[in-house]
Amino acid sequence: MDLQTLTYLVVGASFALYIGIAIWARAGSTSDFYVAGGGVHPVTNGMATAADWMSAASFISMAGLISNMGYGGGLFLMGWTGGYVLLAMLLAPYLRKFGKFTVPQFIGDRFYSKTASTVAVVCLLVASITYIIGQMTGVGVAFSRFLGVSSDTGIYIGMAIVFAYAVFGGMKGITYTQVAQYIVLILAYTIPAIFISLQLTGNPLPQLGLGSDIAGTDVSLLDKLNMVVKDLGFSEYTSSVPESYLNMFVYTMSLMIGTAGLPHVIMRFFTVPSVKDARSSAGWALVFIAILYTTAPAVGAMAKLNLHATVNSAVGLETAADGSMKVNPATVKANADLFAPEASLRYEDRPDWMKRWEKTGLLKFEDKNGDGRIQYYNDKTKSEAVKAKAEAAGWKGNELTVNADIIVLANPEIALLPNWVIALVAAGGLAAALSTAAGLLMAISAAVSHDLIKGVFVPNISEKGELMAGKISMAIAIVIAGYLGLNPPGFAAGTVALAFGIAASSLFPAIMMGIFSKKMNKEGAIAGMLAGLFVTLFYVFAHKGIFFIKGTEYLGLIGGANSFFGITPEAFGAIGALVNFAVAFVVDKVTKEPPEHIQALVESVRIPRGAKAVDGSHVH
Amino acid sequence: MDNNSAAYWKATLGLLTKILVIWFAVSFGAGIIFAPALNAISLGGYPLGFWFAQQGSIYVFIALIFYYAKAMGDIDRKFDVHED
Repeated sequence: MDLQTLTYLVVGASFALYIGIAIWARAGSTSDFYVAGGGVHPVTNGMATAADWMSAASFISMAGLISNMGYGGGLFLMGWTGGYVLLAMLLAPYLRKFGKFTVPQFIGDRFYSKTASTVAVVCLLVASITYIIGQMTGVGVAFSRFLGVSSDTGIYIGMAIVFAYAVFGGMKGITYTQVAQYIVLILAYTIPAIFISLQLTGNPLPQLGLGSDIAGTDVSLLDKLNMVVKDLGFSEYTSSVPESYLNMFVYTMSLMIGTAGLPHVIMRFFTVPSVKDARSSAGWALVFIAILYTTAPAVGAMAKLNLHATVNSAVGLETAADGSMKVNPATVKANADLFAPEASLRYEDRPDWMKRWEKTGLLKFEDKNGDGRIQYYNDKTKSEAVKAKAEAAGWKGNELTVNADIIVLANPEIALLPNWVIALVAAGGLAAALSTAAGLLMAISAAVSHDLIKGVFVPNISEKGELMAGKISMAIAIVIAGYLGLNPPGFAAGTVALAFGIAASSLFPAIMMGIFSKKMNKEGAIAGMLAGLFVTLFYVFAHKGIFFIKGTEYLGLIGGANSFFGITPEAFGAIGALVNFAVAFVVDKVTKEPPEHIQALVESVRIPRGAKAVDGSHVH
Repeated sequence: MDNNSAAYWKATLGLLTKILVIWFAVSFGAGIIFAPALNAISLGGYPLGFWFAQQGSIYVFIALIFYYAKAMGDIDRKFDVHED
């Protein structure tokens, strides 16, 4: 069967599965709709959380980023997993004990103020909507690449599928489809990685393969990679740092507290039966996430070595007659000359997978010195030795550009895996994008129907009415998300940074202070959230333009790019959080204490006994 | 009861502090601040600082959460505030 038909079949089967689950898990009550009835097993919830959390970016782009960044890519790995430790200890069990449907409701009740709750709703909406744009464009890209339809059609199909299971199933439908989506995406990710690790190192576990010797030699894979990239003028793989160690530190911190503060992740912990389950479920979520996150660095490094080996035979891997990659131990050990004229790949000999990806524009060749061969090196290197060698060899600049997203998507083709694996990767990419989109839509619709409509505008709405309001706001959110996916405001790359920045600088500190400081009052919390949000937006917009409109950057005003100790805007959330805490404590000191019953509420939230089913009723 | 709940909270914060110290040490410490120094040591084929940044800290995070869940359960029972 040809690849295209097989891809339609596998992707079609996965969609049928999701919709089947949605029909089985229809939501009949608000409790079903917001918290899946509250009886989800902690392991099941962990799996759903992992799918909820791992987006198109984690699945498709992360390994490519790590591959380009080397050691510095660790900031994504640590940042996006370390947040779960904070979530498990500082937020999840206490919010579960509190027993309500949404994050803004906790903030509104704890800070006895509809203003606080509304500020939280605004932060939640901005964070979730900016994040969802990236997911929708991801859905479009994935569809167009795998199913051969236009990106717009892809987004329409994606909207219809999410509509089918999210609007009717609510959190209940989303939970069980996410479990299925997790299984699809993790198989799609790990199967090619296992094969490649086996080919290169003889070790089937990519996590161990990355630290192993290349098969048949005593040369470690990372040493070889370091040597090759250094010789070609790139920075050393295992020690290259993005910007500075300080920036890496702050960036990692921002991703950690952003992860812990993202409402669509927090909400998943309202669905388990008890406080005890909320604690362990965060651990299970991290186990399921770690399967992908510890595989990603191996995928990144091995793909990089494979790519260099494909274009330069002196690396020591060879393309066998069937097109697959084979280790040649003698060449690996010999450290042959990468600059030898016959080492570079002849353009006409390039493998089939390169030809296929060339058509997408994600892989490009340009024969600058007209020798009919492809030279791949860093022509902007600062190393005089490398420059001299390249010049002596008659190289006139780098001739190959590779989009980082290829790394995961082309992996099975590079390793010559059977077509069903390639089809599975397509289904995996779509599962990753759809599951995160659904989780975000759930957070948005709950904030609108529960916190705004029921909480502020129509307090005595019936349960049936609220359920209807929830479904309608979900449907509207899907249409808006689809529209933004079709007409991305030209800032798709900056959106994830902003989503994390907002979650880190406004929501995380407010929730933490609500639990860990009995005396924190509403004035302090509101001032803190606004200050953290404002400072973060100010710094991000200074770099990327006001609301990301090109030409409105005001870098001059803040003294140039990354002017705050060299910290990049993506990493600024942690600074925003510090500002939030500082402002909150100062304002708290000069205003009056929270009332007695609020202090009693905090006291009760801290103790697991008496945790009830999550009911979401409003107290004021 | 007041005394008891103060003691319970103190025990909880003690546990959190312990875990956060390890959380910080493996990620920001071994993975970033001391990574260049640790890279001189190798673990199998991994430079140690690189290993902590890309693998090790994640394994430790998982262990920390399950340890936390267990230790917290013990504290709950000790102070008789566990769920029934």
